Parts: sequence; structure tokens; C-alpha cells
Amino acid sequence: MMQAASEPLIFELSSPGRSGCSLPELDVPPADIPQDMLRHDLPLPEVSEIDVVRHYVRLSQLNHAVDIGFYPLGSCTMKYNPKVNDAAAQLSGFVHTHPYQPADTTQGNLCLLYELQQALCAISGFDAVALQPAAGAQGELAGVLIIRAYHQAHADQRRKVILIPDSAHGTNPASTAMCGYQTVEIKSDARGNVDLEDLRAHCSHGVVGMMLTNPNTLGLFDEHVCEVAEMVHRCGGLMYGDGANLNAIMGIVRPADLGFDVMHFNLHKTFSTPHGGGGPGAGPVGVTARLAEYLPGPVVVRAAAPAPDSSDPQDAGRRFELHWPEHTVGRVKSFYGNFAVLVRAYTYIRMLGADGLREVSQAAVLNANYLRCKLQSTYRLAVDRTCMHEFVLAGPPPDARGVHTIDIAKRLIDLGHSHPPTVYFPLIVPEALMIEPTETESQETLDQFAADMIQIAAEAQADPQLLLDAPHHTPVRRLDEVRAARQPVVRYEAQPTKEEHGEPAHHR
Amino acid sequence: MSYVPLTETGRRDMLSTVGVSSVDELFTDVPRQYRYPHIELPPPLSEMEVLRELQRLSETNADLQHIVSFLGAGAYQHFLPSVVNHITARSEFCTAYTPYQAEISQGTLQAMFEYQSMICALTGMEVANASHYDGATALAEGVLMAYNVLRGQRHKAILSPAIHPEYRAVVRTYVQGLDIEIVADDALANDTRLPERIDDDTFCVAVQNPNFFGELQDMDALRALAEAAHARRALLIVVGYPIALALLQPPGAYGCDIAVGEAQPLGNALNYGGPYIGYFACRQQHVHKMAGRLVGQTVDVGGKRGFVLTLSAREQHIKRERATSNICTNQALCALACAVYMSSLGPAGLRRVAELCYHKAHYLARGIAQLRGYDMVTSRPFFNEFVIRCPMPVRDINATLLRHGIIGGLDLSQVGQDLGPDRWTDREMLLCATEVHTRRMLDQMIHALEQAS
Repeated sequence: MMQAASEPLIFELSSPGRSGCSLPELDVPPADIPQDMLRHDLPLPEVSEIDVVRHYVRLSQLNHAVDIGFYPLGSCTMKYNPKVNDAAAQLSGFVHTHPYQPADTTQGNLCLLYELQQALCAISGFDAVALQPAAGAQGELAGVLIIRAYHQAHADQRRKVILIPDSAHGTNPASTAMCGYQTVEIKSDARGNVDLEDLRAHCSHGVVGMMLTNPNTLGLFDEHVCEVAEMVHRCGGLMYGDGANLNAIMGIVRPADLGFDVMHFNLHKTFSTPHGGGGPGAGPVGVTARLAEYLPGPVVVRAAAPAPDSSDPQDAGRRFELHWPEHTVGRVKSFYGNFAVLVRAYTYIRMLGADGLREVSQAAVLNANYLRCKLQSTYRLAVDRTCMHEFVLAGPPPDARGVHTIDIAKRLIDLGHSHPPTVYFPLIVPEALMIEPTETESQETLDQFAADMIQIAAEAQADPQLLLDAPHHTPVRRLDEVRAARQPVVRYEAQPTKEEHGEPAHHR
Repeated sequence: MSYVPLTETGRRDMLSTVGVSSVDELFTDVPRQYRYPHIELPPPLSEMEVLRELQRLSETNADLQHIVSFLGAGAYQHFLPSVVNHITARSEFCTAYTPYQAEISQGTLQAMFEYQSMICALTGMEVANASHYDGATALAEGVLMAYNVLRGQRHKAILSPAIHPEYRAVVRTYVQGLDIEIVADDALANDTRLPERIDDDTFCVAVQNPNFFGELQDMDALRALAEAAHARRALLIVVGYPIALALLQPPGAYGCDIAVGEAQPLGNALNYGGPYIGYFACRQQHVHKMAGRLVGQTVDVGGKRGFVLTLSAREQHIKRERATSNICTNQALCALACAVYMSSLGPAGLRRVAELCYHKAHYLARGIAQLRGYDMVTSRPFFNEFVIRCPMPVRDINATLLRHGIIGGLDLSQVGQDLGPDRWTDREMLLCATEVHTRRMLDQMIHALEQAS
């Protein structure tokens, strides 16, 4: 799959005068354009349609993807994306609606958003959900702002500190800083839980709240999560849940029951919308009743009056409208969120229902534990416990000298069955390999991955150079990241000489 | 259907490898009293049923493929060449994730490098990142970046009141926990007096061109604003409309430091407001303060050209609480759509789209201005949007238009409600025309407005 030669830049395929599109003739009299405002050149590529298609199809073939093979990227939930989700999102009546159309002409969209809010509430136990945040990180920002607004409304402005476990995603402290708060890091104990002694020492009236991922980034369900929430609540703080790992606990436990006050969902992870090479995602935020009036807006509510001329009996008496929560933290993006992503997530939930979602989490956890057991005699576990949907290995096998996690990852690429796991995260495990198989993978796929990992462990002893030089068969081999950072080349610049300009790529 | 491929035999075999007799034993860390809650959801549907239900839901909307609309205001109807969806639907692009392993992600990485290069070309700037969530968050991140360029020692951000109200609202949301004051966007009358508002506590001034009302800013005034900002060491942020940039002088030509905007018009459908994509470009000297993913060119061990995520020391996963933004996942697939769209149209095609937008909007404006009872409010040059004053409330006009099968323009009294008291009466309408409008549609609109009054 990855044998293709390297592909020139689209700019290097350019030839003056070529075009890849046809546009209609101007059918109205032209108007004057102020001449001093006009630009004189626009250095974009000039290519034909076949150039565009071949170029981007060839580029696509240089990628690994879920639809090509196993993608056990820890913390990213790279599950299979059912194609019905895309089919639903591509329905013309969804695609071709403008965000400012009158509500009477978008009742289908509003109904879908309302039902999705309700479904996320049911799954999480929260009382209200806002769908607007575009990604998990934006959901975090919204969530911390909600907590801030709550404290301000209670005239409690001395609080400045957010507690964050040392295993947390980097977005947690970054979101905290964006809200003007300080971060205090809480240690993890030997079993991978929040260290209760350390937490107790930092619980004070200066605490805004705590951001906790549960299951955490070690793939472990915190054994004291209720006590943690109680301690934070007792000092007046609120509990923020990072919902990145919700895939482990749907229908198993509701985060709100555990004591979380706010949580974001990563719909692109848990609810199986394609990751797009790095977005678009969606990061709705859910809250308990006392925080509902602080949600970002607008949210969708049922209107008091029924739809005036609804011809469909199923919709009789149901009309939906946009609504601003009374003490909203404001808008986090324009319009109502990444709607087409929300359509996909809703479709997924409708296909599975409550039992299906529980089955997803059960299978995700079984798959992870199966793989853990297959690998734990060859590799060291970061923490030796039953895991949830993912687990963390503490780097290369103990007897592999001079070999690092990066080398194992690159060798996995050579073997061609799998994308490597997440590497060097969480930061508290040196040389971490974080493996999340997800529920959509078969036993055979897991067995193949385990066999590859065990083979690599043997190679690490017998022929470490094989790993250090990997990957051997990819379109490019290990890339010089230091050079990329020290001498940044972040855009195409036309070659100065005429011979080179417009010529096909010279392969360096 | 849960898409779980485990067989019953396989499941038993796997449980025995794990050393448990049932899957329940894997969840003993979950507090017993909360385990297995009842989840109230509608019963699951088959694929056929779910598609039927969603089809029905989608059909209760007014579909702009079947009804003419004159709405713009930050979300634009443009023609999408067939190649765009053909490429973005490819599994290799849409079911990959952030290109952490560069050797098996060169497709995404190179496409993002090309996108960055095209945004630089379009804006006349030196560096562009691989995208933000939308135009509004790109502006908010631009304000935060300017704040950090000035090391947090200055506290005033000047926003033109003619910037999209939702964008200004998002900026306010983003800065509410920081020691930043937003000034000058309270009254439209202040627009021409922005240079006077810049003082030694100002870290940035932001304008939109064409502005929210479609008006084009005077070139000399823009240059003067840049000079006034730079004289005080403040940065100039320009919010743009990428289609207009194909025709008009780019922000890089008049002293802009950070160019941002909504790139939805470059190959992304309306989708009821999202996913869209914020473009973000700046000068090279500020690249280390820029947020977001950035792809750079380098070489592999054999000296062959390749692409990697670079300058990641700026980002949250390295800098954590010292990062200036928390952004990670962005809008990569939308950026790919932009790259394919711009490649497909090329400089001549993109300029042609811009010209069609310009001329059609002016034809519509001239037609409406001649109608009894309607006045042009827009007096300055405009691109493809303009404001008219109607003889009766816009709400009533639009209701009549809808009966004629037309979705009218934006009722200006209905936007920016989250920004406090509005400045508009209920009679002003913001209209937009693009290349999708034929002369017949424009004439139909002019005629319908005449009937409606």
C-alpha cells in the first residue's frame, strides 16, 4: 500500500494557462471595480482537472487510515467509521442549509440537534448539553469558563487554582491557562490513581476545580474517583471530566453519577465520526442542572407553540428553536457547532441504541485487556492492573539495549499491518507506548498485532539495527525533524530561475 | 448494530486469555452502586430505517438546492467543483488522524503544506497554519497571539464594530478570563476613528475587509491604520473573505500582521454552519507565537524531500500550561477541500468567481435601489453583500418572499443579540449574491421585493 514514489507539489505541476474548472458566463452587465483595490498577481497553481485528481489521489495513497488497517493510537479511539454516518451527513437537506435560515425552514436540523443533546444527556447523566464546541479542546475551554462563571456568580473570586493529575492531556493545563487560572499538578499513586494524600494537601479554598480524565490516560478507571470528587467538592471546587475516554464506559457508568459537574464529549472518538486527518471533530459539553444556565449558546430547546403547518404527524406539536442560556459564558464559535459531524454522531447513536453502546464499551475493554495479556510477558506494563479501553506499556522490552519506543513504532510501520500506538504519552511513563485497539477490531487483527509486537521484541535483541533504521519500505524514511524546526520551510516558494519554474518536480 | 466483530466463541476464548469468566469482571473498579445504569434512548434502528428517518428529517428543511437564498453574513453558497468531494471522501484522507507518524502520513502532510502555501499566496502573508475551527475562532486566536507577541504587557484590543458580530462575541468569550479589554466596537460611527483609539496599552487593532456589511475599506485608510498601529508597536489583524482576496489587494500588501478569516467559501458546503475552517496567516517573525498545527518541509535520512509537523514546541502537548492556545484537532479535512478547490480553480478561476460575485451583487443592488420604498444603505464600494432599508419590517418582507420560494436577506436586527442592544431597526436587510445566482434568480428577487412592499 505504501510503495508509491514521492509526489511533486501541486505548485510544481503548474503550467501557465491551464485550468481545472468551468464557470458560467457573466449574464448581467458588469459594474465598475475600484482599480486601486485590485491585486495584480495570485501565485496559485495552474493545473487541469486530471492533474488535480491524480495528484490528490496519489497523495492519499501515502497515508495510513482506519479503512486501510489497524490504528491502535492510544487516546484517539480510532474505531471504524460506519459509512451510513457519511451517507446521512451528505443528505441534501442537511448539506444545503444556511445557518441564518428562519427556524421554520430548518426544523429538521433543530430536531436532530435537540435529540442529540438529549441522547448525550442520557448517556452521561448530565442535565444539559451544548453542542457548539468544535473539538475536545474547545469543549474544555467552554467547560472551564462555565466553572469560572459559576464561581463569579457566587462572588467567589479568590479561587485561582485548577488541580490536574500528572497523567493529564496537555490540553487540560493549556485550557486552564486560557482562562487565566494556574495549574497545580497532582501526583499519581503506584496503582495509577490520583494520589489521595497529594490531593488532600492541595485542596483549599483557592481551588477552582479539578480536571480529571476517567478512565485516565493510563487506561485505568480511578479506584477512588468518588472520593476524589468529594474532596474537591468539599473545598468548594467543581469537577471537570475530560471525556476523551468515554468509549470505555458507555452504559457502564454515567460520569455525572461519579460526581463530575462538567464534561466534554469527543464525538469524533466515541461516536465514530471520521477523524479527517486531524479534524473536523466535535466537542459538546455537558453539565449538571446547577450549571445549565452558564452553557455556551445558543442551544436548542422545544418551543412552546407547535409548528404552524407541520404536515407530518410524527412532528405534530413539536417545534424547536434556538435559546440563550441566561448566564451563558457566550459563544465559542460562530453558528451552532460542526453540524455535519453532529449528524454523523446522531446517526451512530440511532443505529446502536443503549444496548449497542454498552456492547461497544464492553468489547472495547475486552479487546484492550486481551491485547494487554498477550503482550505483558514480553513488554512491561506501566501499571499491572485490569485496564479499560487502552493500556500503556513502559517502553521496549527490558533486555533490548539501545532501542527506544520510537524504534518499535517505526518497525511496526515496516511490518505493514498497523499504525503505531501513541508514543511518549502519558508523560509520567518514560518511553510510553499507549495502545487502544477499540471495539471494532477482530480477534484476528489483535492476534496479528500481538505477533508483530512480539517479533519486534525478538528483533530488538537479535538485530537492533533493523529497528534503528526502520522504516525501510515507506515513501520517505525517517525525517529530519530538527532541520524542519531550525530552518523552517512552511510554504512553497517558486524557484527563481525560469527553467525550474513550472517544471515538474525534481526529486531530491 | 454495534459494529463489533467478535464471535461468541472468540469472546469466550479472549475472556479465558484474560483470565476472567465474564466481561463484567473487567469493570469491578467501577463503583457498584452506579454500575450498569438505565440509559433512556430510542430503540436501535437498522441502516435502512435510520436512513429513512434522517432523510425525512432532512426533508423538513428548506433545501437551498431547491429554493433561492440571498443569505451570506459569514456563510456563503459557492459552486463546488465535483473533484472536491471526490477527494475529501477518500478513506485514506478522511479516516486518518493527525499525522503523528510522518512516514505513513505524507499524503495529509503534503496536502496541508500545499494548503498553507495557498493561504500564504492568497493573503500575501509569509506563514499560514494548518487551520482553526472557523473564522471567528481564528480571530480570537489572532487576538490572543497579538497579546502574547506583546508579552501580555498590554491590555487593549481594538475591534472594529464592522467585524461580524458573532466573531466579536467569540473574541469576548475567549478573553473573559484574561486581563484584556475589548474596545471600540460599541458603535459603528467609530469605524473611521480607529487610528485615534490606538494607545500605548493597545496590543492589536482588528478590522474586517470586506466588512460584515460587505463594504470595501479604503486602501489609504487601511495603510494609515497599519502605520498608526505599528507606530505604537501594536499589530494589525485583518479578517478577510477568501473569494474577495482573489480579486482584491491582499492584507499582506497593506501592512497586516495577522490575516484571518472564514475559508468555508473555498470548497466547503454550507452544512448549517459547520464544519467550517478558519484560515490563519502571519509574518515569519511571529511564527513562534502562532497557535495550531504547522507542517514543514524537510528531508529524510536518504536526503529525499518529506513533510513533518513542525515547531511543535509552541503547542499544548509540549508546553502545557505555558502554551498560548489549547488547539490540537482542527479542521484538516476542510483544509484539504480548500486545497483541492483552489487547485481546481487556479488563479484565473478563482478571480472569475470573485468577479461573478461582484457583478451579480451590484446588478441586484441596482435593481433594488430603483424600487419604490427601498433604499440602499450601503454607500461605500462593496464586494458581494450590501444593506438595504425596506419599507416595512424585514420579518414581514421575508415571510412574503418565502411564499414566493425565496429566502431573503438577513434581518440585521436579529444578529448579534448576544452582544447587547443592537443598532439596527427592524427594516435593514443584508443581502448577498454569488456566482450561484443567475440573472433570472436576481430578477425574480427584485420582482418579489417589489410585490412584497
